[in-house]
Amino acid sequence: MLKKISIAGLCILSIFSFTLNAGTIKIGAIVASTGPASFIGDPELKTLKLYVKKINDNGGVNGDKIKLIAYDTGANPRKAVSFVKRLISQDKVVAIIGPSTTGETMAIIPFVQRAKIPLLSMGGGIPIIKPVKKWVFKIVATDTMACKKIMAHMKKKGIRKIGMISGSGGFGKSMRKQCKDVAGEYGIKILADETYGKKDADMTSQLIKIKNTKGIQAVLNPGFGQGPAIVTKNYRQLNIPYPLYESHGVASKKYIEIAGKAAEGVIVVAPPVVVADKLSDDNPIKKVCVAYTKEYKNAYHTDIASFGGHAYDSLYAIVDAVKKEHSTDPKKIRDGLESLKNFVGIDGVVNMSPKDHLGLDTKTGLVLLKVKNGNWSVIEE
Amino acid sequence: MNEFFQLLLSGVTVGFIYALVGMGFTVIYNSSGIINFAQGEFVMAGGMSAVFLLKWGIPFWLAFLLAIIITAFLGVVLYKLIDMSKEHSVISMIILTLGYSIALRGLAEVVFDKELHTLPSFVGDGTFSIYGATLTYQALLVMITSVIIVISLYLFFNKTKTGKAMLALSDNKDSAKLMGVDINKILMLNFIISAVIAGIGGLLLAPITSTNYEIGIMLGLKGFSAAVIGGLSKPFGAVVGGLLLGILESLVAGYISSEYKDAVAFVALLGILFFMPGGIFSNLKAKRV
Repeated sequence: MLKKISIAGLCILSIFSFTLNAGTIKIGAIVASTGPASFIGDPELKTLKLYVKKINDNGGVNGDKIKLIAYDTGANPRKAVSFVKRLISQDKVVAIIGPSTTGETMAIIPFVQRAKIPLLSMGGGIPIIKPVKKWVFKIVATDTMACKKIMAHMKKKGIRKIGMISGSGGFGKSMRKQCKDVAGEYGIKILADETYGKKDADMTSQLIKIKNTKGIQAVLNPGFGQGPAIVTKNYRQLNIPYPLYESHGVASKKYIEIAGKAAEGVIVVAPPVVVADKLSDDNPIKKVCVAYTKEYKNAYHTDIASFGGHAYDSLYAIVDAVKKEHSTDPKKIRDGLESLKNFVGIDGVVNMSPKDHLGLDTKTGLVLLKVKNGNWSVIEE
Repeated sequence: MNEFFQLLLSGVTVGFIYALVGMGFTVIYNSSGIINFAQGEFVMAGGMSAVFLLKWGIPFWLAFLLAIIITAFLGVVLYKLIDMSKEHSVISMIILTLGYSIALRGLAEVVFDKELHTLPSFVGDGTFSIYGATLTYQALLVMITSVIIVISLYLFFNKTKTGKAMLALSDNKDSAKLMGVDINKILMLNFIISAVIAGIGGLLLAPITSTNYEIGIMLGLKGFSAAVIGGLSKPFGAVVGGLLLGILESLVAGYISSEYKDAVAFVALLGILFFMPGGIFSNLKAKRV
């Protein structure tokens, strides 16, 4: 008797799950919501959950509900690889969002290429989309764009000789290299090139070296986490008179909070969403940035982190592709992503093409901010 | 000359940060022979609980006091766990502290959050200069506190009965027991002292390095190195070890390259472990088996 009931139950359940799957779009997500990159992955996962729910509550996409299958890698590339295999072979997703970091993304690219599943990475590095890979996209400003933005500003201010102090983590290392590569284009010479480890509690030694290098007119600090905040504090402690430029790795209120008074006057390159309400009204992305800032705060009672915007854009880009192609076939979604035009996202206006799987430009993708009275103010260009 | 002095001073600042964390290692090692790998997490717990107590509206001094009590409590819990497994070898107890550190990190991630935080400094954000080199008041406070802790520990171990009982325990457990030393109580006290030092460290370091749930890894590692250089059994040794490490790092970063800073520090640590396995204050030669 018991056996019969359980078999019947199993049948019903399987039918139920079958009907449930018939109207769903399975989207996989690989994020580093814990571990060393959790400050990137955590807002990304929260954003995905929030907006998948919102889309489903509003009737889904073409009548189908989205099912989000998310795995946490802890920023470990090996885990990212095993999760991408699981998403492809067991969960049978039609598109994948993530991973959060460049290193993890590079590790999984061969797998999505082979399985022919579109991937929207949230890593910042250039190698993800250069050279163009058929199934790989990203809507995240690259380090080079950040470097160019900063150096264009330096050039305008007549700064020709700079010192660099970079974090030795993946982010700092990558941006340090990109900045050194593009410096020549702006006629900028890097006279001092120092680094610090993630575990360092004090950077005065490196800064003293920079301070005593003759001819330096400004200092650039690529890095994220507590490092740049300590650099900023030490910078003021040593009374270094030159302007200090920080990367988009610190573009959150947290940086001002931790560096405190020392942050005053620091120039930061940032994704526009950080200052959503301060963007000019004719900026096409203002509306979506302001709405996102508000909705995120309502749902989680904390301020947004710019990284969450990558998740928002990736999710809506897939939704856009599904709507346009009237299909949930991975190949069609890929085609839809590649022909994305005038897509207004949080990270900027996206125009993809077979030659460009990034689709962002420096103009809308980044803004320059200055810390003033413990808050951001946009620098006019 | 000016540059050298500033580098030296920044090395001393960092050195005392390492020392403040390193001292906690020595207290527990001294009495139980255990290396407590959760020491860095105690520091984190002190800083993070203070941050959140302040956030929940608890007044400054009370929050700091409670943070130290919370850390002390974590020390007691660790002692109880170790007490439960005391029939096992020292190695398994050390592994237990490693597990405890991971548990504390995970707990902090859930109870608090994953973001960076800072604490208001006791003495303001000001700086002052000596001979052209600048120093923050907070760094000076760290130095003074470390010195006070070393002196108090010295007085405690050498002048009070309980302290002497602790030393006796580290010397010979069985004879100490026969002499009527309450081993369990004394051991627990050691864990509490060590945790309280870490808690104070957490409060003092948060304004300098800022804090988050995993700051303990960084502080613990450097603090441990400082303690090892100093021979692991004397708080004073940890201070000297921390200073050596800090100054070495600073000079290498300033004169050679910041790329080699950590490498040089670790080579120095390896060298000391190799040639002076008992630390710089020991004339113990490597035992040949």
